[in-house]
Amino acid sequence: MKQLFYLWPFVKLGLTDVWRHKTRSFLTMLGVVFGVGSVIAMLAVGEGASQQALESIKRLGSTNIMVLSVKPTGEESVSTGSQRGRLAVYGLLYEDEERIRQTVPGVVMTVPARMTRRMARLGERQLELRVVETVPGWFEVVQRPLMAGRVLSQDDLKDRANVCVLTEHGVRRLLAAKGMIGQRIRIASGVFEVVGIVKNEDGGTVRAPDSEADVYIPLTTGTRLFGEANIRYSSGGMEGEKVELSQIIVKMRDISVVEAGSKAIDAVLERFHKKADYKIDVPLTLLREAERTKRTYNIVLGTIAGISLLVGGIGIMNIMLASVTERTKEIGIRRAIGARRSRIVVQFLINTCVLSIGGGIVGLLLGIGIPFLITIFTDMPTVVQPYSLLLAFGISVAIGILFGLYPAMRAASLDPIEALRRA
Amino acid sequence: MRPAADEVIRLEDVKRYYVVGDEVVKALDGVSFSIKTGSYWSIMGTSGSGKSTMLNILGCLDRPSSGTYWLNGSNVAEMDDNALSDHRLSNLGFVFQSFHLIPQLTVWENIEVPMLYRGLPLSERKEKAEMLAEKVGIEHRLRHLPSELSGGQRQRVAVARALANDPAVLLADEPTGNLDSATSVQIMELFQELSEQGKTIILVTHEPDIAAYAKSSIVLKDGTIQSVTEGSK
Repeated sequence: MKQLFYLWPFVKLGLTDVWRHKTRSFLTMLGVVFGVGSVIAMLAVGEGASQQALESIKRLGSTNIMVLSVKPTGEESVSTGSQRGRLAVYGLLYEDEERIRQTVPGVVMTVPARMTRRMARLGERQLELRVVETVPGWFEVVQRPLMAGRVLSQDDLKDRANVCVLTEHGVRRLLAAKGMIGQRIRIASGVFEVVGIVKNEDGGTVRAPDSEADVYIPLTTGTRLFGEANIRYSSGGMEGEKVELSQIIVKMRDISVVEAGSKAIDAVLERFHKKADYKIDVPLTLLREAERTKRTYNIVLGTIAGISLLVGGIGIMNIMLASVTERTKEIGIRRAIGARRSRIVVQFLINTCVLSIGGGIVGLLLGIGIPFLITIFTDMPTVVQPYSLLLAFGISVAIGILFGLYPAMRAASLDPIEALRRA
Repeated sequence: MRPAADEVIRLEDVKRYYVVGDEVVKALDGVSFSIKTGSYWSIMGTSGSGKSTMLNILGCLDRPSSGTYWLNGSNVAEMDDNALSDHRLSNLGFVFQSFHLIPQLTVWENIEVPMLYRGLPLSERKEKAEMLAEKVGIEHRLRHLPSELSGGQRQRVAVARALANDPAVLLADEPTGNLDSATSVQIMELFQELSEQGKTIILVTHEPDIAAYAKSSIVLKDGTIQSVTEGSK
């Protein structure tokens, strides 16, 4: 406390000094302003992006493993009986699901799904939907808030019922203002009753499995109505592909077994799939990748901010050296009166810190303002974290001490007799 | 030999040599004298007599090349920079020819500087500064900057600052050198008053008129003492 009493007059002295040379101080501070500003803005943008990524990955479920069918590349599709038509057969099979469930340790549930694009119709309204033929377990592993009605049930699956669950987007575009639950809509060749509506995944950096206008129907109903082959007719003939399952979502017991699980799944599938017609996505891995990307991003931006801070610091040092020359007489007087060298050092350090902290405060405002503007103009989420305020202060003090030390030592090393004579 | 109890300053064979190129300049070449507490001395000498060197050594701004210098009971000849600073702070009060006030500080802030370095609390600093300002007759100018004061007023502020830590010795270096004769008389009267109150004063000057205010005097020539005249206290 006594030390503070001692320091205050010097802080005041620093402030008056800054005020007396307003323009010079302002220009000197700019480097720190931009440095601190960019550090804070960078952290806010980075944090916003990573939180967004994290959230969408979390919604995918961090204990989930997604096994997806992919069309094998660089290989002719298998010819079938038809001369003009080609039917590509690839992808995951019901057997695969069975094998995964049986052999991979730590599996809680597997959810098969087949996705196709089909036209849906309601009166004159028409909309291409992504039809997700799946089982009730889907709604357990891909959790979405239910907006109305119910999700698919085991009975629907068993009965091969003509029921469907729409996503919010699908509802808005197809049903519009018409009655929602209980409404019958036509999807391709079947008529389905809408039994429930779920909320859509918000736009994110990682694509969620239900990011569009989706309709969910029981897998069994899909098989009954549409079969397993998806055939498109064109002028040249017929082209199609047969995919038993588009994806299998595997839910694991907990996060610790996810990575081992994904390896085990790969081993199981590899044995039965000669072609690389599947792919394994682990949201947890995506999460790790997102974190790695964020780190790289932070290093790059951090370096730029660091250079700016360095330049700012050198600017402050330059001005402080000039100030030492200007104030030689004052230093001589203070030394003659009985100030120890260390007190002169402290006085000049405080003076530098007043400059750098002043710059830090303006930089902080800038660093809060920039992310705010970014969010307004680009819709990119940004999060200014409270610790960045402390960080700004810390950086400013560090700059002040680091770059103030040399000028302060120079001031303190002046010989008082010389200093007084020179004045 | 340790100084007697009433000797605030005692110099024994103090030498100060400077090396300039290959030449050794003997600024002080064996000076010995002692000053009793409460006395009023002048140190006279023409330029080049070693007067400035004497002042620097007495003021703990410089160390003798050899010899001993007892100030207020301790030998400062071999002290390090911090110890010398501390001695300047608590045992010495400087009054300079060109006042040497800190231009960006107000009168009261200038007076408080030595107390600040001693770590006195604000209330104490304020009280003391006001008391001192009154003593030197500058109490109505406490909030002014030095640039707003006349030469005589500035020197009064300097005296107040020099007295702030109740130093054992007040060291004045040509205190009237930058003042007109009327103001000079006023300042010398101020010193007279302080001396009468028991302050030990050493006046370094080359003007006999000013030196005449002091009771005792030392005359330096070519780095040695030419004459010492000790008046009755």
